[in-house]
Amino acid sequence: MTTEQRLSQVFVELADTLVDEFDALDFLATLTERSVELLNADAAGVILNDLRGNLHVVASTSDAAQLLELFELQNDEGPCLDCFKGGRPVVNVGIDEARERWPRFSVAAAEVGYRSAHALPLRLRDSVVGAMNLFCRDDVRLSDADIALGQALADIATIGLLQERAVRQSGLIAEQLQTALTSRIMVEQAKGVLLASAGVPVDQGFQLMRDYSRRHNRSLKIVAQSVIDRVLTVDDFRRP
Amino acid sequence: MRTTAQILAAVDAVAGSARSLPELLCDDCATHLGLVGAGIALMNDTGHQGVVGASDALTARLEELQFELGEGPGLDASRDNAPILRSDLGARGSATWPVFGPVAVAAGVSAVFALPLQVGAVRLGSLCLYRSAPGSLGVEGTATALAYADAATEVLLRLHAEVAPGSSLHSDLGDMLRLRAEVHQATGFVSVQASVGITEALLLLRAHAFAADRPLLDVARDVLSGRLRIPLQEGEDG
Repeated sequence: MTTEQRLSQVFVELADTLVDEFDALDFLATLTERSVELLNADAAGVILNDLRGNLHVVASTSDAAQLLELFELQNDEGPCLDCFKGGRPVVNVGIDEARERWPRFSVAAAEVGYRSAHALPLRLRDSVVGAMNLFCRDDVRLSDADIALGQALADIATIGLLQERAVRQSGLIAEQLQTALTSRIMVEQAKGVLLASAGVPVDQGFQLMRDYSRRHNRSLKIVAQSVIDRVLTVDDFRRP
Repeated sequence: MRTTAQILAAVDAVAGSARSLPELLCDDCATHLGLVGAGIALMNDTGHQGVVGASDALTARLEELQFELGEGPGLDASRDNAPILRSDLGARGSATWPVFGPVAVAAGVSAVFALPLQVGAVRLGSLCLYRSAPGSLGVEGTATALAYADAATEVLLRLHAEVAPGSSLHSDLGDMLRLRAEVHQATGFVSVQASVGITEALLLLRAHAFAADRPLLDVARDVLSGRLRIPLQEGEDG
């Protein structure tokens, strides 16, 4: 399959999720997975602004604690914070410059084995609602075409999150962001339930719930709530 | 805008008077956002559990009405886990809330903003803001309203834990949304270990951190690694 063919497949897949039963968390999980694939990155995450000045990771291709730590750290410094503040892509920052700009972030990223990081804004007109963060194990420079594609994916994330109805009123942005953040917390709580009840390591809990939600066409938020309520157990997830 | 920490500090500073913490918070919120009034109700998974505070008599009446009718913005916000923002109640309110809408409009309310007070699946209540002028809260107003919702969430957690008003808590207990993932994971963990609901699990976790005078994140990590059991077993000293 050519890149162009794969690209159109991905756009159709994403468009397909922009339906009435839309769930921000499922959508962003798909988006990060496809971004990693199309841009040859090793990890990706979407960070949202909670409108009170804090950045939170709501979707990530991996739940490895060190990676989540890297997202968290960017409340203080890092490409995501700069991208979020400036509303512009922060890409292709060389290792030396990165060390100078983000000393703590650079050390933490290197410890996990990432040698380059890129951030693309989730922007709606004047407001930046978050950023998409890409991590690469090699010191990779994104080409202009890669950056354009990455920004297109980030724009789709913004459209998916805010949807057409939100564009008309600033307050509605808060509705969507707040809902996405709450869903993410529910997923974390459900991961704790799976760990305590079945010994599922926290970095595997997300994937179990995500696979189940896809197979059964139910939103991640509903699956997480069912785990918290003990309606769904690990046996349900492992059943083919 | 005001931050959650500033709001809690302002409310704590006047605590101890005849008025309760939720009332003081509603008062402060109504003043800062230029509202007719603000009210806090208790909610859980089964619905409205009663009004805990309101800035004034009219708002208290609107909050009580939602309880009596089983209908209104606060209930919807809590059920949907999402803010319900109605900038023009007159135009759309009656369709959404056939009884509550017209009563609120007749009372001079043109816009209502209801925020769920929750931490993930932990449903605690709702904060409803009533304003006489139609229109949205704007970017800054929305940010301030969300900060009040965070502060109200903290106030409800304290009420559940029966922590005395004005008593100093860990700084990291002030802003549940800023908490790290491990705290939420530990909440789920404790709910299984202690065989309690998710709300009680969060209260147990916070109570332990408070009593042991340790940061919530440290306690959460100990719970997840198995170094700490909550509640403590007989003979353990934590």
